[in-house]
Amino acid sequence: MSFIGLIGRELRLSARHGADTLAALLFFVLAASLFPFAVGPAPETLARIASGVIWVCALLAALLPLDRLFGGDFEDGSLDQLLLSGMPPAMLALAKAVAHWLVTGLPLLLAAAPVAVMLRLPMENIPILIAGLLPGSMVLSLLGTLGAAIVLGARRGGVLLPLLVLPLAAPVLIFGVGAADAAMTGLTPRPHLLLLAAMLAGALPLAPIAAGAALRAASE
Amino acid sequence: MEIASNAQPSGGRNLHRFANPGQFLRLSGRILPFLAVSALVLTGIGVFGGLFMAPADYQQGDAVRIIYIHVPSAWLASSAYMGLAIASLFSLVWRHPLADLAAVEIGPVGAAATALCLATGSLWGKPMWGAWWVWDARLTSVLVLFFLYLGHIGLIRAFDDPQRGYRAGAILALVGVVNLPIIKFSVEWWNSLHQPASITLTGAPTIAGSMLWPLAFCALGFTLGFAAIVTARLRAAVMERRIRALLLARAQEA
Repeated sequence: MSFIGLIGRELRLSARHGADTLAALLFFVLAASLFPFAVGPAPETLARIASGVIWVCALLAALLPLDRLFGGDFEDGSLDQLLLSGMPPAMLALAKAVAHWLVTGLPLLLAAAPVAVMLRLPMENIPILIAGLLPGSMVLSLLGTLGAAIVLGARRGGVLLPLLVLPLAAPVLIFGVGAADAAMTGLTPRPHLLLLAAMLAGALPLAPIAAGAALRAASE
Repeated sequence: MEIASNAQPSGGRNLHRFANPGQFLRLSGRILPFLAVSALVLTGIGVFGGLFMAPADYQQGDAVRIIYIHVPSAWLASSAYMGLAIASLFSLVWRHPLADLAAVEIGPVGAAATALCLATGSLWGKPMWGAWWVWDARLTSVLVLFFLYLGHIGLIRAFDDPQRGYRAGAILALVGVVNLPIIKFSVEWWNSLHQPASITLTGAPTIAGSMLWPLAFCALGFTLGFAAIVTARLRAAVMERRIRALLLARAQEA
């Protein structure tokens, strides 16, 4: 199976389990809309925390489908077939990460703008938030794929997964929110965005290699 | 898959795999008492010197004395992670059975050192910075290190087949190495409340000699103590595997 073919397979699979795919998006919107109830609807408070809330909720929502990213393939033997197909395991992991981003990251990115409006983030800052989320969500997909591959076959893997991915994702969160906050205070978000892009450039080759090694270990 | 290893779990083969660890048991049994005693003596001298002989800081007063615990545990926290990463590399590349066990056993000790570093740092921060905790680059990166240790401890024990746990834990440990340079350079890259390093490989230390020598004793004592605890844990783990292999062999004969 080719790289593109594998991504197509993942997209078809998630289209046929539409409810699972939408659940992460729904979680994102619901979790973000809890904050006005929790901290009060004062516009200045909400505007101050909006970018942080959106980032944290997006990060947690992106973790939700990771449990099943390799789980189904591992249980029914498709993973062994895919590894036998001659495709390098790193390539397989990268295809899964791309599929995860298309199915989870991209919808979150689209939903972030309306949620930001609801959280009273000033209109002119929304493009900066999205510009940070774009590379940020890609790094999260890559790290998430890595985490999902590592916990494959573990007891309580679903509980373990956030414990492994969240510390690794902390820098992405710091610089993502940093970009949005810099724009709020009138500073340039450029260095934060460049650092996010650098993390993406680092994670893009390294995370699939590590995830591929974990996949091969899981199917031994 | 795992069929090959399940089909012939002969006790003899398992024991053969641990022929090298047998040598480790003999060697470490001889070294361990020296390690433990010298760790206790050096730490004792260092703590005594730090508490009673070194002068109080002209700005920080007696509160500075926590440095004799804080700095050695911080060194230990990151060098133990380096040790974990090296053991993981051996485990992943050469499938060395001792490295597998070392990765399992270093984790909790390193996590304890990191917890000690965070706790003493917090106690030191309250009188100096006026807060138990600040979200500073150095503190945050050490906290991430602590979480990485906890994740590794959880992961490596979460598989029914220990070999799978070793592989997964090794990959996680190697991925987490990216955090080490961040910890090291966090006080230089960001404006930090945390002071930069006083002791570097190049250049003279920016700490008075009367304060430096107890610190050196403590650091050496902590390092030897870490080595002693890990060696003892490793011996226990090897013996545990041996007992299991022997019981397995006996069960097969019966």
